Amino acid sequence: MSSLALSFELAVCVAAILLLIGTPIAYWLAYSNWQGKFLLESIVALPLVLPPTVLGFYALLAMGPHGPLGKLWIALFGHGLAFTFTGLVLASVVYSFPFAVQPLIASFEGIDRKLLDASAVLGAGKWRTFRRVILPLSLPGAVTALVLSFAHTLGEFGVVLMVGGNLAGVTRTASIDIYDRVQTLEYGEANHLAMLLLITAFAVLCLVYAVNRRVWTPAWTPWTSK
Amino acid sequence: MDLKVNPTALVASIRKERCESASFVLDVFVELPPGISILFGPSGAGKSTLLDCISGLVRPDAGKITIGEHVLFDSAMREDVPPQKRRIAYVFQTLALFPHLTVAQNIEYGLNDIPERKRRTQVKEILAAFRVERLRNQKPAQISGGERQRTALARSLVTEPRVLLLDEPLTGLDAGLKAAIVEDLRAWNAAKCIPILYVTHNREEVDALGERVIAIDNGRVVSHGTPMDVLDAPRRKRLAQAVGFENLLDAAVVGIREPDGVMRVRLGESRCEIEVPLVHANIGDHVQVAIRAGDILLASEHPHGLSARNVIDGRITSLERRGTMCVARVDCGVTFVVHVTPGAVRALDLAANKPVWLVLKTHSCHLVD
Repeated sequence: MSSLALSFELAVCVAAILLLIGTPIAYWLAYSNWQGKFLLESIVALPLVLPPTVLGFYALLAMGPHGPLGKLWIALFGHGLAFTFTGLVLASVVYSFPFAVQPLIASFEGIDRKLLDASAVLGAGKWRTFRRVILPLSLPGAVTALVLSFAHTLGEFGVVLMVGGNLAGVTRTASIDIYDRVQTLEYGEANHLAMLLLITAFAVLCLVYAVNRRVWTPAWTPWTSK
Repeated sequence: MDLKVNPTALVASIRKERCESASFVLDVFVELPPGISILFGPSGAGKSTLLDCISGLVRPDAGKITIGEHVLFDSAMREDVPPQKRRIAYVFQTLALFPHLTVAQNIEYGLNDIPERKRRTQVKEILAAFRVERLRNQKPAQISGGERQRTALARSLVTEPRVLLLDEPLTGLDAGLKAAIVEDLRAWNAAKCIPILYVTHNREEVDALGERVIAIDNGRVVSHGTPMDVLDAPRRKRLAQAVGFENLLDAAVVGIREPDGVMRVRLGESRCEIEVPLVHANIGDHVQVAIRAGDILLASEHPHGLSARNVIDGRITSLERRGTMCVARVDCGVTFVVHVTPGAVRALDLAANKPVWLVLKTHSCHLVD
């Protein structure tokens, strides 16, 4: 498998997993009144400020044959996690976490609380309110979360290098491949890949901003006008 | 004590401290029989907090809320029915229509657990009752303010609630539109007979709707009864200002004529004396007199042959037009605010600095604690 295809596969997996686990966490962070909420918020934001090597280093220790995660994996599946595609997905989920959760929190918090109150007094429980009101109104946030976590995973380097190493077809992603080619002075190949990543990143960001702009067309904001 | 429980009346005794300011405590007992009751009071009095507690959106610190024999909240029994199970409809001031759903979808929202056919009929009926059939496929942003208000009412009432709470739902509508919506609401409730609690601080709405008024101020029920009882004899100063007594004057009692049921008071520091209804007071006591700007007559020459006992001379200090009404300030030693029509301003040739006479009926002067 080419390194680019591998990168896409990784990014799709990570974005899908993050949307699934990020949504309930973002919901809780947006609506909980718990005093200690800031702790979880800090943990969620940690990957934004940590060097990927630090994150990758601890991920590697945890996934190694003597780490807690590695031991568990060996007990369950008979092989380790480090330097596998699954290990790469796990580490990338952690690394891209804030890129999925923060847009979701922002869009949940942006919903007029009175709409949720209205839903409750109309007889809807939490799940129905989520499905019928919160989810449709935060769709742009969900698209942003999906696209940003996809794009961020596509371009990651440090974490992949630490956890995945550089195994062709298993853990050699496009960004690693580019680095390799530069090391071996294959500038033409490196440029080819780099340009593809550049164009993809730009297209993805265009999509995010276009989706967010649509939210502000008049038909969607009757509540700000008096 | 009356042991008969009205099967549909809402009875609530609620105590709730507001988290933002420790000094404010809502502490009220209200009983709402079927029909419209008005909850009236200045902003910050605790009206919305009371509604939030009744609906279940806010949990009271202590108290008990029942509808007939159904207990919705009881702090002693640790009973707290969540809002979605209370069957209490609540129309917010902002209406909170779902912006992504059409009018029909908004109205259907609360009809989850009933068969499709019954749901269709109910939606159709309520769309007709509140005259919004032709808007069924429009989104809230595409319809007018009055239509949004009708949709919000229809959405709440289609669920057949046991109680309806309305938090100033008709704010910003012109009088005609408001009256039409209120008429539809009345017609609907003639059949359903549920308690409706209608929050407003608009005096005209009280007169138009009111069967019963509950006045609250600073977290307490200060008065209840018919609109006349509650609003025309304001014994509380803040309430007097809230119901539009534009003139609130300090006065000292200078004479008492018990057989006539009147007394004379001197206004503020002026020489100006007027006759007011007798209350329990002694000569020299300080009282406050509340007079509506619309209850004062204004004359351009000294009037005579009147039944009104108080004629005061003064001078217009300012005259300003507000919509279809003119507001005159008249200096008589104390300043009076007087409402006159633009026609009267032209007929009497009123202008600043012009000398005028004010005419006050004794019973237009209300004494306030």
